[in-house]
Amino acid sequence: MSNAHAANKSVLWDWLTTVDHKKIGILYLVSGGFFFLVGGLEAVLIRIQLMNPEMTFLTGNLYNQVLTMHGTTMIFLAAMPIIFGFMNAVVPLQIGARDVAFPFVNSLGFWLFFFGGILLNLSWFLGGAPDAGWTAYAPLSTTSTGHGVDFYVLGLQIAGAGTLMGGINFLVTIINMRAPGMTFMRMPLFTWTAFVTSGLILFAFPALTIGLFLLMFERVFEANFFDANMGGNAIIWEHIFWIFGHPEVYILILPAFGIISEVVATFSRKRLFGYSAMVFATVLIGFLGFMVWAHHMFTVGLGPVANSIFAVATMAIAIPTGVKIFNWVFTMWGGKIRFTTANLFSVGFIPTFVMGGVTGVMLAVAPADYQYHDSYFVVAHFHYVIVGGLILGLFSGLYYWYPRMFGLMLNEALGKWNFWTFFIGFHLTFFPQHFLGLMGMPRRYFTYPEEFGLGSLNFISTIGAVFMTVGTIIFIINVVVTHAKGKKVSGDPWDGRTLEWAIPNPTPHYNFLQTPLVRGLDALWIEKMAGNKKMTPAEPVGDIHMPNNSVLPLFMSIGFFIAGFGFIYYSSAGAPALIAIIVGLGIGLACMFLRSWIDDHGHHLHKEDLLKEDKGVDA
Amino acid sequence: MLGLIGCGNEQISALQPQGKGASALFDLMILSLAIMVVVLVVVFILFGYVLVKFRHRKGDDSIPEQVEGNHLLEVLWTAIPIVLLIVLAVPTVITTFDLDVSEKSAQATEEGGEPAEEEGPMTIKVTGHQYWWEFEYPDQEVVTAQELYLPVDERVNVELSSADVIHSFWIPSISGKMDTNPGDKLTNKMWLHPEKTGTFQGACAELCGDSHALMYFKVKVVEREEFDAWIESMKNTKFDDAPSEVAQGQQIFEQNCLQCHAVGDQGGNVGPALTGFADNDMVAGIAEHNKENIKKWVNNPQEMKPGNNMPDFNFNEEQLDALADYLMELETAE
Repeated sequence: MSNAHAANKSVLWDWLTTVDHKKIGILYLVSGGFFFLVGGLEAVLIRIQLMNPEMTFLTGNLYNQVLTMHGTTMIFLAAMPIIFGFMNAVVPLQIGARDVAFPFVNSLGFWLFFFGGILLNLSWFLGGAPDAGWTAYAPLSTTSTGHGVDFYVLGLQIAGAGTLMGGINFLVTIINMRAPGMTFMRMPLFTWTAFVTSGLILFAFPALTIGLFLLMFERVFEANFFDANMGGNAIIWEHIFWIFGHPEVYILILPAFGIISEVVATFSRKRLFGYSAMVFATVLIGFLGFMVWAHHMFTVGLGPVANSIFAVATMAIAIPTGVKIFNWVFTMWGGKIRFTTANLFSVGFIPTFVMGGVTGVMLAVAPADYQYHDSYFVVAHFHYVIVGGLILGLFSGLYYWYPRMFGLMLNEALGKWNFWTFFIGFHLTFFPQHFLGLMGMPRRYFTYPEEFGLGSLNFISTIGAVFMTVGTIIFIINVVVTHAKGKKVSGDPWDGRTLEWAIPNPTPHYNFLQTPLVRGLDALWIEKMAGNKKMTPAEPVGDIHMPNNSVLPLFMSIGFFIAGFGFIYYSSAGAPALIAIIVGLGIGLACMFLRSWIDDHGHHLHKEDLLKEDKGVDA
Repeated sequence: MLGLIGCGNEQISALQPQGKGASALFDLMILSLAIMVVVLVVVFILFGYVLVKFRHRKGDDSIPEQVEGNHLLEVLWTAIPIVLLIVLAVPTVITTFDLDVSEKSAQATEEGGEPAEEEGPMTIKVTGHQYWWEFEYPDQEVVTAQELYLPVDERVNVELSSADVIHSFWIPSISGKMDTNPGDKLTNKMWLHPEKTGTFQGACAELCGDSHALMYFKVKVVEREEFDAWIESMKNTKFDDAPSEVAQGQQIFEQNCLQCHAVGDQGGNVGPALTGFADNDMVAGIAEHNKENIKKWVNNPQEMKPGNNMPDFNFNEEQLDALADYLMELETAE
């Protein structure tokens, strides 16, 4: 690393203060990975309890805590951050930029997410986790005793602020920082999906923020937004939650679509089939994603007109999604498909996601949903989409971009074991759940009577969860083995097509010595086909301006973390909680003040040093 | 696909419809599944063919043709799904309106089904409580709990509301579910039309607290005459009807329980009404109906249904016995 400022400080300090998108990407990935393991452990506990009828391993309130934390952790603290990890690691490279538009905000976004997640999980040790489901429907959430739901509200509020910042940052980055020649219709599809996802975050997360504020005021300050006895209305929460919650599903799945598009094209050695149609489908899915929230509420009693409109709108989403599926299949058509682990996950994704998609259309049939709703059929459907879709996509991305992010290649043999155990385990776990739902098993039930005949399918499901656990453990072993004795790889191990593979390994701090000139879609591939060894530069070698590290994002987040504790205990602890609120917000505001007051112009890397270093890399 | 039909226990499976609502929904499910299976088969065949045919073979370093796309194909795989979805959307919308109970349709009786009385279908008020169900027959002035009596081959309208949090009223084999919302303005309406006599299982389908998984109820579908007789006997039951052998238990009940639980013409409405409790299939909706389970429940309600609102009275063994004997005798009038 050439960062002179970091050189004389410790490694830990460097990671705590970094504003480098590549390092923030790794921070997101590692903490998201940690929360994925926590959420996975909760899933295993759930499956143990449901293995046989009338088990008493995990019942009542504790079961509700585990199911709430499983959902909340997986969505907000595992899937979202890992997606942000890839967006950070890949998007600036794919558009030929040296960092994101707002590196300081990027760091702040990460630390807010991190401390929000820690705050939420501390509830386990401080009197009990939230127990009202990840959807936190009022009045169950407003009347839940203890502080569990307060942890949910404040933890998600802090983490959500970080996500919103990240979304805005990537919008600005992608609009403003593309290399010369990188028009919108030449952007790699992962960047496109990151762009649309960021747009969805911008419009969806404020709804969550407002909802959480209402919930917080009702719980902490005794407001009555949702209390029917005081003239409130519990259904308002459901609307607000799903106006956020449905776009959230697309926030999660679109980047996975992007990963699949990159991986399938690369390992078929073909350009993406129907690129323009793929872009259009992505934007259309993002747009329609805001029109369908009430399909989560078909049984609420909105009336036949609302139900019909939302049913038809929901079905419409199947059309752009179908376009994507067929374009992937035809990308492979006529190609030379190599089944690397990354591509195995992508190839496994396609049929799995199609299955999740068709049950999605079945659920869109509003009256039939009167049977499916809140049954295990829904549980099966959204796990097919989120695990079979998103998580397979994320694994694919990990195996694909690992050489880019860490300069090392994950072990392919272990990778294949990882894929097959996880993939088979996944289908074993969730396929039987379709039938359980139709046979009358509601979701969020901690037990079921023996005479309903639900035992054997539940048992199969639990066996599947064991396989998934084994798959995950193999992945962890793979990471350990790779870092212990993995071999270093070149900057372009997969015969890549896009700009992130045009850089040497390890990736220089400044990414591109010279900003590349982009001459079409799959910019690197075009240069390769033209017989060029390197990208054509768009500028001569010159001084590079880079942002300085800062510890303010960390301290600011710690401030809000402390204030969060204060708000959580305000209703029961009084004065000490008030002090925590004042101190915490004070730290936050002081950091904001310092950030505004101190001029920080960043630093320059000098041309002579850069040339010297560049030679070193080549040799 | 055919394997789906008749799956599960007929008392609770949505795949063995025993009522008009559930049948209509089952038909829709099969239609949507059929269309979707066609899609699945097409995609899987195409996908399988591609994976086998176009896999990379050792030593082949040639670069495949870089195809940009194909307009005709794009139009095809946009247009065909639109057609399929229209085929699905039309019956979806029709059934959505069929299942609705608006002011208008509440007056009209359904074709094919005989109206219960001249003035239209009977109405039952269902109220969800943590963690039990209250069933009120307002025209007949009967209130009961945990066991819903329905006349066979008749349409009844159901009004759904909640006393605390949101629950969801679901009898999979008779009809789809609908939420019970707190507050007068959010009362929901739906209809039930069972077509077979027998006992069916109902459940709560919306997370409502610690014992959400234990909020079952029974649905007893009986012939019209039997239903009328049941209503009649419920109305004629008096609190003082209890036989003299269980006077001690009745006294304990009157002092401790009657405030919340109604029996016959007396009692409160905080807890489930217990008129005719001796004929129930279940204790607390979840345990076999016998003296032992009644004692177990009264002795420690939190053990059987965590988080429920019934207090623990610390009765001694003798009081428990007397009380259970009394409850076992709570039959409706002849």
